[in-house]
Formats: sequence, structure tokens, C-alpha cells
Amino acid sequence: MMIEVHLFARARDVAGTPRLSLDLPEKSTVGALRRRLREVFPGLVSLLDRSALAVNNEFAGDDVVLAPGAEVALLPPVSGG
Amino acid sequence: MVRLTRHPIDYHTLTEQVRRGNCGAVVTFLGTVRDLTGDKVTVALDYEAYAGMAEKKLTEIEADTRQRWPVGDLVLQHRLGRLEVGDVSVAVAVSCPHRAQAFEACRHAIDRLKELVPIWKKENWADGSTEWVHPGS
Repeated sequence: MMIEVHLFARARDVAGTPRLSLDLPEKSTVGALRRRLREVFPGLVSLLDRSALAVNNEFAGDDVVLAPGAEVALLPPVSGG
Repeated sequence: MVRLTRHPIDYHTLTEQVRRGNCGAVVTFLGTVRDLTGDKVTVALDYEAYAGMAEKKLTEIEADTRQRWPVGDLVLQHRLGRLEVGDVSVAVAVSCPHRAQAFEACRHAIDRLKELVPIWKKENWADGSTEWVHPGS
């Protein structure tokens, strides 16, 4: 299944794109998505380890199972305010 | 209620908006762009948000704050885009019957905002370089 991942701030700059599509097996978890991102963007690894992932606008732990069409976002440590 | 805006924050109007006859205290917090971080000079900050989730988290923080304190009214607003030194980046205005409650509720709301809301700032330093701020690095 194709999962679209939105990228922000330094993660977007390092990846060079605001959005990317990843082809993952059905019922993949957020943890599996993290591992795939590490493979695709070695330059992102140190930031990725400190980043949260969100699924459908909610923080999601590594055990959350992704459904086709889920909106996924990689959220580096936030700095609003 | 607009929670994310690309325009200057009208904190006077926001403050007026939360005033209530049964509330003897109004606290308004403003976050403003600071000129120095350590010995580095900031020219401007660029703010960006994951807008849908940011709106959702701001709404949740508002509800959570109302649940914990006897809030008359409460507004949270964050500005996005390019801000210069002295500009207001965020405002929290809250009214409560008594001042201790209003101070605590306001502190809670801004602390949660800084912890949970997917908004990021990029430093534009005086030497021309830029740097995303990701706390903990």
C-alpha cells in the first residue's frame, strides 16, 4: 500500500521534499515506516530518532498499524511559541 | 476563533474578548521574537505549522485548560510566516474569577502549546545563515 508522509522543518530540508510516497506492506506499523525512512534518508537518522510521527493528526506510537490512505506526518521536535 | 494566522496578532482584541463580568482576573501572555540567543543575533524567525494537527492540538489544550480551572473564557493564537524582532508570535488570553487561577491557567496553556503543537521556527541569523530550531539537539 502507498503511504504518503508529510515532512516539516529540518526534516523537509534534509529530504528535499515536503511529501513523499512510500510503498509498504499491508498492515505495516509506524515502527516499520520509521525503519523505511531511515533506509531512504540516512541523513535523517539522528533527527528521526528524536521526532514524533502523527497518523491522522494524532501522535502515534511505533505499534500503531497503518491503514491505506492514512495521513502520516514526521514531526521533528517542535519549537512554537 | 482563528488559532493560526499569518497576520499580526491583535492582542488587545483577544484580551477584550475574554473579559467577563464574573471574572476578576484576566491574564494575557505574549511570546515575542527575541534578538539574542546566547551570543547569536536574530534578524527574523520563520514559523511554519502542520496546520490541521496544530489547530486540533490548540483546541484540545483549550478544552483541557477549561477542565482544570474555572475559566471564563480563553483564546490561543499563534502567528505563522516571517516575524521580526519584537513581533508577537503567540498570545494566550484567559479570564478566571481570581488571579491565581488565571495565572495558572495561562501558564498551563502556553506550556502545553510549546510542548505539543506542531509548529516550528527557523532562525535567520545576522550572519545570513539559517537554522531550524529543534529542541534537544
